[in-house]
Amino acid sequence: MAISPATPTGPTPAGPATGPDPARRGDRHALPRLSPRASFVLRRLGRALVSLAVVVVATFLVVHLVPGDPVRAALGPSATPELVERTRAELGLDQPAWRQFTGYLSGLLHGDLGVSLRSHRPVAATLADRFPTTLVLSLLAFLVAALGAVPIGVATAVAARGGRGRAAGAGVSWALSGLIAIPNFLLAVGLIALFGVTLNALPVAGWGGAAQAVLPVAALAVGPLAYLARIVHVEMLAVLETPYMTTARGKRLPARLLYLRHALPNMITAALTTGGLILTGLVAGTVLIEAVFVIPGLGSTIVSSITAKDYPMIQGVVLVYAVLVLGLNLLIDLVLATLDPRSSIMEG
Amino acid sequence: MRSGLPRGLRGPQGVVTVLGAFALLLVIVLAPYVWGDAATATSVADRVQGPSAAHPFGTDDLGRDVLARVLIAARLSVLLALGATAVAVSGGIVLGVVATVLPCPLRRLVSAFIDILLSFPWLLLALFFSVIWGATASGAMLAVGFAGVPSIARLTYTLASSVTGRDFVRAARIVGVGPAGVILRHVIPNIAPPMLVNTAAYASTALLSFAGLSFLGLGVQAPGFDWGRLLREGIARIYVNPMAALGPGIAIVLTGLILNAIGSLTGESASKTPLRPRASKARARAGAGDPEVLVEVEDLRVSFPDRQGRLVERVRGVSLTIRPGETVGIVGASGSGKSVTAMAVAGLLGPEAAIDATRLSFQGIDMTAAPRAADRRRLGLELAVVFQDPLTSLNPSLTVGRQLTEVSRTHDGVPRAAARHRARDVLASVGIARPERRARQYPHELSGGMRQRAMIGMGLMGRPRLVIADEPTTALDVTVQRQVLRVLRDARRRTGSAILFISHDIALVSGFCDRVLVMKDGQIVEEVAAARLDEARHPYTRALVACVPHMGTDRTRPLPVIDESGGVAEEARA
Repeated sequence: MAISPATPTGPTPAGPATGPDPARRGDRHALPRLSPRASFVLRRLGRALVSLAVVVVATFLVVHLVPGDPVRAALGPSATPELVERTRAELGLDQPAWRQFTGYLSGLLHGDLGVSLRSHRPVAATLADRFPTTLVLSLLAFLVAALGAVPIGVATAVAARGGRGRAAGAGVSWALSGLIAIPNFLLAVGLIALFGVTLNALPVAGWGGAAQAVLPVAALAVGPLAYLARIVHVEMLAVLETPYMTTARGKRLPARLLYLRHALPNMITAALTTGGLILTGLVAGTVLIEAVFVIPGLGSTIVSSITAKDYPMIQGVVLVYAVLVLGLNLLIDLVLATLDPRSSIMEG
Repeated sequence: MRSGLPRGLRGPQGVVTVLGAFALLLVIVLAPYVWGDAATATSVADRVQGPSAAHPFGTDDLGRDVLARVLIAARLSVLLALGATAVAVSGGIVLGVVATVLPCPLRRLVSAFIDILLSFPWLLLALFFSVIWGATASGAMLAVGFAGVPSIARLTYTLASSVTGRDFVRAARIVGVGPAGVILRHVIPNIAPPMLVNTAAYASTALLSFAGLSFLGLGVQAPGFDWGRLLREGIARIYVNPMAALGPGIAIVLTGLILNAIGSLTGESASKTPLRPRASKARARAGAGDPEVLVEVEDLRVSFPDRQGRLVERVRGVSLTIRPGETVGIVGASGSGKSVTAMAVAGLLGPEAAIDATRLSFQGIDMTAAPRAADRRRLGLELAVVFQDPLTSLNPSLTVGRQLTEVSRTHDGVPRAAARHRARDVLASVGIARPERRARQYPHELSGGMRQRAMIGMGLMGRPRLVIADEPTTALDVTVQRQVLRVLRDARRRTGSAILFISHDIALVSGFCDRVLVMKDGQIVEEVAAARLDEARHPYTRALVACVPHMGTDRTRPLPVIDESGGVAEEARA
């Protein structure tokens, strides 16, 4: 994996290094006196910072990339020329580009994301209202996906290897493929039709109570759950064939220890790597799910602001989404670095 | 380069895919002519009706037939998805191929940039781009297309890099072919087939993405309609007519599946069916057996399915007994069935192995069937196995100490602290210095010889009556081999355990064991006391013995080899 030559640059938060481990040969690019783990963390941190810089530049540029006059587009054809000029000055678009950029940066550093062209509220205030909803929705869905996928994947792998339950395993595998192929917003429509309309059992719109969360979380979680379960299944099958599992069987351990203690930790790296992708995918998936269930979160904000061409709001919400995705990616990497004793991911 | 198409088409999946693709094509081409009137004819009387015979999916708020609109929307939906795919693929290929031929620092920069873009989900990228091009059909097509560029570029870059590293491209460079020539003549033709497969797969993603954008109101705008737009209109009236929302949804999923199936058909055709395990035919009679005998094997036959699924017998009628405290060696070339025999005795053959034996027992426990709970405990404590490669045979995710203590903790109910204490003593007894520290380490932090000693220690945590050592020294160098053998010998002396020692090295076995069984082609050809190997009668045994170089071997002559018949063919040097 290519790491930008600009990394690592920032201050070093890592403590004194324990020196290179003689059992492992650290790669040549790593800083010589850091342990592999510390250098991995530093590189990932540097990478996240570079990504953040790219995002900041991109959100700044997006207003300038819109064909034609963005202010006129935002205010509509009926706005007076005076209003257009005043708004242009408010947004700072009448200044030279570099001054706009430094203004944008210093605003960001002070937590100032500008003022919405529609509501005339500060963008940061709106986002602070909406952010928790989206975060809770994605994390709930991730929990459901992860907690459901591991037992299903492990159980189907064990059944498939043992020969018994092979047909059942194939059936589950088919069902999983089917669920992966259905995008979350279509699944949401199906769930609404079944549980909302036909059975009239659950609320199909809004956010607040536990009952209102059931359908959105389910719609968001089922696809990732099925995908993760397939990964766990495949990884588990590979682990079950390893010599160390034969060793463990040789100790005649009960199934619980055999699968939970000996097999599970060895596929956790692969499962978590996929899990990280799923988590960021879930964050994006909230956009569609919030639209289906009319949930006031970041997702409905980004859609309405794009439709309304509310550029300060667009910039703010894109930035928050990007920071969320980058933060989650970094978090997963750090968790991996802590969990994997062989540190196999740290070579990349 | 593979062309899986004709082969893939033969299966039932291929037939279904082709039929589905054909039906989709028909709808795309013909629907506007056939159902055009029904989709546009408004009727105030028929507004917002549920499904009926005249309108299977009901009607919309202007009384138009929803089914007709879904069928007609196929053309726009699929064309927009294909357009987005074209944008993604052409953009991705250009970026990926250009990145490949750039000089190194630039190449790493572009590659890092692609990685950064890849860390964002497609929907976020598509939304970002739709800010630029606005909420229109063509704007959304560009947005979905550009959102796909990073993943196609990464794929192209990976494929193209593997091509440019090959000898024929280097050779072309040396004779002066420029970057453009290399791309056109060498890179593109070699990466085209896998790219095609991914293009079909991406078309499916693009279809779903586009439906999502239209559903959000950021794609096709009224009065135009694609499936996403129909879904958006349908969900607003889902309590009145659920089919208005479900209909377009079903169309999207079906079309997505068809596009996906086309992708996997053009790619690798269905992989081989997995090996089918066969139940062991256990005609073994579990019984008390002779208490003087530890292991009893009578007419053991083990078969494995080959690639075509036919059973191949690898052990063909082996019988052997091991008495308490005895050290028995099995020697033979690789493939002679010696390891399979040992694993059968240990009851550790995989589910694909078909085992057939008149008797296969350890201390009266039938090893052809799954053991009962009480038997499992006895096996865990009294039967230890040491494998060839200690690196792969120790669990990389658990500390060495944990892997030792769990035997006592699981089967003997020893408390944690006591088990740790015992593990430390055992590690010290197998000659591991600073056992306390080693117990806290992971297998990869130990040397090869240390790992194998820890493995033996693992077997000594119980009360072993039999240690099965399957080529325990083959993966180690010669000096370490000797240490490991000494540890095994000490363990036998201390515990009185029997040892079944598997090796291809007859010199090693004869020095270590009381009795040697010689295996060839799945059968025991000779059984002989280790001290009397020189008197062996079977030509294969004699050949094995003759092959061992000793101090008096004439080193100017080539080493003897064993020919097909099992005799020694001494090759004369030309």
